Amino acid sequence: MTGALLAAAGDTSTHEAVIFWILGPLSVLAALGLVLVRSAVHAAMLLAVVMMSLAAFYTAEAAPFLAVVQVVVYTGAVLMLFLFVLMLIGVDSTDSLVETLRGQRVAGTVVGLGFAVLLVIALAGTLGSFHARGVGVAEDGKGNVVAIAELLFSRYVFAFEATSALLITAGLGAMVLAHRERTEPRLTQQERMRERALRGGAAMAPLPGPGVYADHDAIDTPALLPDGGVAAGSVPDYLQVSGARPHVDDAERELER
Amino acid sequence: MSVQYYLYLSAVLFSIGSVGVLVRRNAIVVFMCIELMLNAVNLTLVTFARVNGSLDGQIIAFFVMVVAAAEVVIGLAIIMSIFRARRSASVDDANLLKY
Repeated sequence: MTGALLAAAGDTSTHEAVIFWILGPLSVLAALGLVLVRSAVHAAMLLAVVMMSLAAFYTAEAAPFLAVVQVVVYTGAVLMLFLFVLMLIGVDSTDSLVETLRGQRVAGTVVGLGFAVLLVIALAGTLGSFHARGVGVAEDGKGNVVAIAELLFSRYVFAFEATSALLITAGLGAMVLAHRERTEPRLTQQERMRERALRGGAAMAPLPGPGVYADHDAIDTPALLPDGGVAAGSVPDYLQVSGARPHVDDAERELER
Repeated sequence: MSVQYYLYLSAVLFSIGSVGVLVRRNAIVVFMCIELMLNAVNLTLVTFARVNGSLDGQIIAFFVMVVAAAEVVIGLAIIMSIFRARRSASVDDANLLKY
C-alpha cells in the first residue's frame, strides 16, 4: 500500500524497484519467446505472461483501475478469443519456414533492432533525468477510479459515446464475417451412408472404440486388433498430431516385449 | 530506480512486437504481436500520466484497450473467413489481390 501511495506521489519505492526488476526482464523474455516459439498456443501463453506483468506495472504506477481492466479485458477476453480461434482453425497450425521473400526474416530482425536502438537512444537523449509528479495531483484525494470516472464522463464523454458505436460496429462486423450461408441442403444420414458405401473402403460400422483390452479408458487409449496391433482410427488424429499419446506408445511397447 | 526505466521497457517490448509482425507468418501470431505493441504503448501512456501528474494518459490507455478489443474481434473474424476460403492461416497464402 505504501508503494502505491508513493507512486501516486510520483516517487519510486523499493517495492516498485523489486517488482520492476523481477517482472521487467520476465516480460522481455516472454515477448522474445512470443516471437521465437513455433506453436501458436505457446505464443498465446507467453503473451499472457507479458500482459499480467504489465498489469502488475500498472498497479505499481498507481493505476489500479487500468490494472484490473488489463486483466479482465486483455488477459480474460482478448486472449481467450485468440485461444478460441486457435482451436477453431487448428492447434497444429505452425509457421511455414519457407521464405517467400528472400532475406525477409533477417531484414525484419535488423529493422526491428535498429528501431529499438533508435528508440532507446532517443529516450536517453531527450528525457534526461526528470522528477515524476505522480497522479496524486490529479486524483485530488478522490481515489483513482472516481477521478477517472469524473474525467471520462466530462471531458472525454464524446469519445466514450463513440466507443459504444465502435463496439456495436465490431460486434456486427464479427457476426457478418463469421456467418456462412448454407448454399446446398443439409445431407441426411441416409445420404451420408449411401455416399460412404459408394466410396468404398470406409468403415461402415462405427470406428473402433478406445480401450479394448486396455487398462485405461482415456480417449487416447488405442483399441487393439485380434492380432494385437493398434487399430487405426481408434485414437483421434489431433492427439497423434500433438504427439500426446502415451497410452498408444505404452501399448506398442507392450506388444514388442 | 527512475520512472524512465518503464519507458525503456516499453520501447523494447514495442520493438520486439514490431519484429514479430515483420517476421512471423501465422496471422494469429502476427495479431498477438500487434497486441504486444499496443500493450507497450499503454505502458508508456500510464508512465507519462504519472510523470505529468494528470490522468489523461490513463484515460487514453483505457480507450486504446477498448479499440484493441474491437480490433481483435474483427481481425480474428477476418482470419477465420480467410481460413475457411483457403484452409490456411498463413499471411503468405492470402495473395488474391496480387498482380
